[in-house]
Amino acid sequence: MSTGPLAPRADFPLLAASPDLVYLDSAATTQKPAVVLEAIRRYYTEANANPHRGAYALAAAATAAYETARHRVARFLGVADPDTLLFTRGSTEAMNLIATAWGRAQVGPGDNLVVTRMEHHANFVPWQQLALATGAEFRIAELGPAGTIDLEHLASLIDARTKVVAFGHVSNALGTIHPVTEIVRIARERSAGGAPLGPGLPPGALLVCDGAQAVPHLRCAVDALGVDAYAFSGHKIGGPMGIGGLVMRRGILEAMPPYQFGGDMIEWVEDRTSTWNVLPHKFEAGTPNVEGAVGLAAACDYVERLGLDAIRAHEVALTAEAMAALGAIGGVTLFGTPDATTRSGVVSFAIEGVHPHDVATTLDVAGVCVRAGHHCAQPLMRVMGVPATVRASFWVYSTSDDVARLAQAVRETQARFA
Amino acid sequence: MSDATLDALYQEVILDHNRRPRNFHPMPAASCSADGKNPSCGDQLTIWVRVDGDRVAELSFQGIGCAISKASASLLTEAVKGKTRTEALALYETMHRVFTGLETDTAVLKGLGPLRALSGVSKFPMRVKCASLAWHAFKAALDGAGTVSTESGAPTPVS
Ligand SMILES: Cc1ncc(COP(=O)(O)O)c(C=O)c1O
Repeated sequence: MSTGPLAPRADFPLLAASPDLVYLDSAATTQKPAVVLEAIRRYYTEANANPHRGAYALAAAATAAYETARHRVARFLGVADPDTLLFTRGSTEAMNLIATAWGRAQVGPGDNLVVTRMEHHANFVPWQQLALATGAEFRIAELGPAGTIDLEHLASLIDARTKVVAFGHVSNALGTIHPVTEIVRIARERSAGGAPLGPGLPPGALLVCDGAQAVPHLRCAVDALGVDAYAFSGHKIGGPMGIGGLVMRRGILEAMPPYQFGGDMIEWVEDRTSTWNVLPHKFEAGTPNVEGAVGLAAACDYVERLGLDAIRAHEVALTAEAMAALGAIGGVTLFGTPDATTRSGVVSFAIEGVHPHDVATTLDVAGVCVRAGHHCAQPLMRVMGVPATVRASFWVYSTSDDVARLAQAVRETQARFA
Repeated sequence: MSDATLDALYQEVILDHNRRPRNFHPMPAASCSADGKNPSCGDQLTIWVRVDGDRVAELSFQGIGCAISKASASLLTEAVKGKTRTEALALYETMHRVFTGLETDTAVLKGLGPLRALSGVSKFPMRVKCASLAWHAFKAALDGAGTVSTESGAPTPVS
């Protein structure tokens, strides 16, 4: 059983420059393909101007680059109406946008917000803080067996006063792929006694899905998921840092107050009042991150050329190999579901008697980059009863050799600390 | 980075104190104590100090953490015992210079005894916080500060 790279290492300048580097931290951020870097360079050398503002041809080129990128990314995500895709700095800003703009207007005392134990801090703290600020109750759905969410417990927390149900599509700490369709069904049913989300929209809770760890690995078809809001980060899918997005239902976005104020997001500014631009600009105050959008669109092209089905098959193969290789080493505990087909390319583990940070340092010296820590999921780590785990994560350039180097380095670490 | 730098980080003294931490227990008769936290890795420890007149008569600690933070705490409890308050605080300053690679005086380094084993950490900037956690907590205990975090409110390392 041997899995070569799905994408040639030569496609990634950083990896090509360090042939011995074993990069197993793609869930934190992926390496960038040359085509993405080239798209950014081309934008600055051929089309750079402030979009939406100048009347000259170059400004029109910049506007076109930005809006074409939006269309490209929307198509990649299965979003039919590109105006419902807002560019943000990433998933974190997307969640803060909803919690601030929608949450402050919609949530009050007596309401409740429901999250799960497995959320990244980006999809946990904004809701926790919204609850504290508004007097709403904050509820946490606990874990089921083997890295899953307890759906019965989740259902029991949702009622007619639930304003938000926020859940991940894929867990960054354990890799679990959550049953989004099932969660949507449960949440709609349980919160059906609530007020409609808007004209022609379902009643009840706003269903917010964190797609940061799903978009790089799965065909997400966001419109078809049935959620009301979906967030993601471009840097986890080969795109640059500082760009990502939020997809939200048009009716909700139109009714929602703006998130930030300034240039581009206004329609007309009077001395004492202002009116707002149309979607998506209403939620994109200030000069946008055009290079980011252009780079992200190039990343979507790149990923689609490789094919999401091929990426998925590649990661399942590597994840199964890694679980087998690490699981065969005495003293190694694997976390999460044992079935590689129900998780993304993430393997979280611990070595008995060796703290994850010592593991990460010894692996680093062996040229293997892994993440050690709480993975921005302290509420999860607390109930797992560990302060931290070691996480290896794969993407299109990862190979069986990487897995073998990881396993070898783990054995050497054990020998050192024995 | 080479295996030699890793050997210098995880010297036998460190591994030994990690495996068998000394003075690893609470101290009901302590005069003061402080908690130290390193949010970036989840390390947490408590340090207890019994002061007798001007002397640090006895120290102990407990907590969870990596080999470096545990060994550093364990070595601290042995090294500081019996020192005067002034001597102990001077050692605190010296150790920060050691962790950050600023202490190059071989006479000073030799004089550190077993604590010298912690000098390997200076080649690993990401791990300096692990080594200094117990020392921050120790100083906070003497100062009566209660809790320190490596991310906030921690005394800035001398540089
Ligand atoms: C599941 C999940 N949600 C949210 C985030 C936050 O993404 P960003 O830091 O790009 O905003 C991450 C990335 O660390 C993640 O893994």
